[in-house]
Amino acid sequence: MAGRVFHKSILRNEDPQILAGKAQYLDDLELPGMVFAAFKRSDYAHAIIKSIDVGEARALPGVIGVYTAEDFGDLVKPGPLQVPPPTAIKGATYVSRTLMPIAKDKVRYSGEPVAVVIAESRYIAEDALDYIYIDFEPLDAVIDLEKAMEPGSIKVHDDLPSNEGAHVTQSRGNYDEAAAKADLVIKKKIYVDRVAAAALENRGILINWDDKAQMMTIWCGTQSPITLRNATAARMGLFENQVRVITPFTGGGFGPKINTSMPDDVLLTELAFRLKRPVKWYEDRRENFLSTTSERDQVHFCEIALTKEGKILGFKDFFYHNSGAYNPYMMTVPLNTQTHTVSNYEIPSFHTEIVMVFTNEMVVTPVRGAGRPQGVFVMERMIDAAAKELKMDPAEIRRINLIQPDAYPVSTGVIGQDFVEGVLDSGNYPSALNMVLEMIDYKKFREEIQPKARAEGKHLGIGICTFTEGTGVGPYEGAKITVGGNGKVSVATGVATQGQAHYTSFAQVAAEQLGVEVKDVKVITGDTGHFAWGAGTFASRGATVAGTAIHLAAVKVKAKALKLASAILETPEEELELADGFVRVADLPDKRVALGDLANRANPMRGTFPPGAEPGLEAVAYYGPPYGATGAGCMAMILNVDAETMKPKIERLVIVHDCGTPINPMVVEGQVHGGIQMGIGNAFFEKIAYDETGQLLSASFMDYLFPQATDMPPKIEMGHLEVPSPLNPLGIKGVGEAGAIPTPAVFNQALEDALYDTGVELMESNLSPSKVFSYVKQAKGA
Amino acid sequence: MTQKVKINITVNGVPYEREVEPRLLLSDFIRHDLGLTGTHVGCEHGLCGACTILFDGQSVRSCIMFAVMADGHKIETVESLGTPEHLHPLQEAFMEKHALQCGFCTPGFLMTLVDYLGDNKNPTDEEIREAIDGNFCRCTGYENIVEAVKLAAKKMAAHS
Repeated sequence: MAGRVFHKSILRNEDPQILAGKAQYLDDLELPGMVFAAFKRSDYAHAIIKSIDVGEARALPGVIGVYTAEDFGDLVKPGPLQVPPPTAIKGATYVSRTLMPIAKDKVRYSGEPVAVVIAESRYIAEDALDYIYIDFEPLDAVIDLEKAMEPGSIKVHDDLPSNEGAHVTQSRGNYDEAAAKADLVIKKKIYVDRVAAAALENRGILINWDDKAQMMTIWCGTQSPITLRNATAARMGLFENQVRVITPFTGGGFGPKINTSMPDDVLLTELAFRLKRPVKWYEDRRENFLSTTSERDQVHFCEIALTKEGKILGFKDFFYHNSGAYNPYMMTVPLNTQTHTVSNYEIPSFHTEIVMVFTNEMVVTPVRGAGRPQGVFVMERMIDAAAKELKMDPAEIRRINLIQPDAYPVSTGVIGQDFVEGVLDSGNYPSALNMVLEMIDYKKFREEIQPKARAEGKHLGIGICTFTEGTGVGPYEGAKITVGGNGKVSVATGVATQGQAHYTSFAQVAAEQLGVEVKDVKVITGDTGHFAWGAGTFASRGATVAGTAIHLAAVKVKAKALKLASAILETPEEELELADGFVRVADLPDKRVALGDLANRANPMRGTFPPGAEPGLEAVAYYGPPYGATGAGCMAMILNVDAETMKPKIERLVIVHDCGTPINPMVVEGQVHGGIQMGIGNAFFEKIAYDETGQLLSASFMDYLFPQATDMPPKIEMGHLEVPSPLNPLGIKGVGEAGAIPTPAVFNQALEDALYDTGVELMESNLSPSKVFSYVKQAKGA
Repeated sequence: MTQKVKINITVNGVPYEREVEPRLLLSDFIRHDLGLTGTHVGCEHGLCGACTILFDGQSVRSCIMFAVMADGHKIETVESLGTPEHLHPLQEAFMEKHALQCGFCTPGFLMTLVDYLGDNKNPTDEEIREAIDGNFCRCTGYENIVEAVKLAAKKMAAHS
């Protein structure tokens, strides 16, 4: 499937500009007359606001205004849902409690904005925060998921009967019958804790209302520029084309930058409109931890039913999912958990039940992985428990349960985040497992290396897990491709870029069709002034959905070029080709016309314009998949654990993944590397910690352990398996989250295997040396 | 608060005389007063390393220094290395080894590493990981950065 430039590791178009420090990120932008915003945030997780005194803050020189809920009138109401509710799922119940732009009367999480300051400098704006006095009446906070659902618990939202935000049950087969027939049923409780996306660039926004042009321009590193534009226009009563959202270079997204109708964009668009001055806000890191969404915490109560040979007959999972204080992103995360719990194994009976729970914590929305790591963690940990019980090899029990390569398409019977029943489009899971076993030399490790290490008193363990990654979901994306008079190609698409190499990979897709160099394709992402339709960058969908739209648009432009050139060169279209920036006669390469000349002639100033023709070497195309393309893979890891300090060292890490046909294999590898780093962080370093009063204990990089270069394995050994997706013409599946998904499960398995002599069981992710130590102590005591 | 102090700083070979508030962070001075926005700010508490610059030739974090502390000193930022058309060998190596994705942390890595590679011509993998341990990257998993540093060391040896 490799083409001239497609499926090639081509160096990135965007790199020279970034490397030279010339790439413009949000906080690099400055406009004349610009003012600065800072938010006064609640120190309490749950409290009644009795009064707010902003008098001193307003009097501070350089302060332009200090605003509280009472200054925003009708704006102070719950914002729109970011994704639809789960009405497609039979029997699902939910309540919607979306974010308020600013707290009125009551705060529900620590960090909720209570006032906003606008000042002539960021320094003055932040000074003014200290002169705002709020009289709070603190209330007990709801933090623990299980306690939150106990009768009589304090409630996050007083008007609701309980802290339940949603209840969704899905099943296939009949679990109870499966369990009755089974030789072995195992029940476990499994915890997954919360992590931050921690993009290196914090969130921010710059807004300019041009009162004379009646036009608002918003610069924001959002993952969803079209949604931001539409929501802003709707709120302000403007046409969509009176609001232009431009995403500058963006320093990582990883999920939370998808959110719109957040306090910042709602309040600051309003203030820019009122003040008629550009308003900028750029979060600091503490604020990012407090007020940018995060994800992962769930408590699962699982059951797995198996035959004595290790065949899985059924799986049952009831789980609490923490939505934080509000649920604007509805069920995306826990539905991903449901779909990814069983997707790669043949499991006839599956029963899965979510209870989404409100707590006095920051709102939960997707972070790279988005519910998938939890599903995989739960299933893989249960399989490990079964393997131990049945005295089976962890690789073997997986092998006998994997879906076979001739089974596709496989209907899963479980409705996912895109509200269609899951279908696995393609794959080869056993092959991925075999490749990993070979690459890590599993047999030799088990038979020689590990016994020798154990004899020497070393704690060397291995973990091996398989996973799927649902990617490339709808609804759709689009692209516009234009050949310029300069002979170069412009590609505009609605998705935004946060570092994924779209300026190169999208260029490769267009260049392949149009016969130009990749460096001669200029890609514009996330500028609603250039392309006004689309959904956004999430769910590993950019390359698959927007990439396919770009391919389809390029095919259209190519057809236009051939038709026009055929008339000019007086040669049938089928004898022509596009190469080196020309349309030429394949057999007579000197008989040619440059693409730039064709572009100019496609827009005649005078003369004939055939009826029905469209001007320009330009085309727009859209692509919407029937359902997402499912990537997959297998990971193994060897850990060497210091049994005194419980510090693990990753000696080897092997991954084989299938993302269909990679547009740029170098970029794919980079995506997997980054995902694995986040997965390692999730497994052992990172943890958003709240105390029982809802205070955030991890609001800096001193307390939130970000994985560093020395925490990573010496090398990530990677194998590629390419099973093209039949869903799109290029065979693409997404890969952005792959690395993050299996890592915590593999890590825990390897830790248990390393600490084999303690009998420890680690049914919790987000571990740390002290936590492992206490689990070991507990296991030894028992 | 409004009292200003006169400072003289040479940045990337250009002398500047400016009046600044004593509390102005060096990172903000470089970015917003001088407009050299290649230096990035990721945490404002000295942990992530995105704001790393050279201060009299030594790599330091500009977000935990005040501009007044740089009075009379020489500073180099990422803009001193190469241009998009003529990259520094270290920058070339980062591009060739795909050692950057979003690029936000990259200037900090580059400034840490020009200092480091000046004193360490042929570092091992472990030494490189130690050298970059104070710079956070969320995109790359660091492996390609380690590869880039090894390539850069070779390129820089060939240049010298």
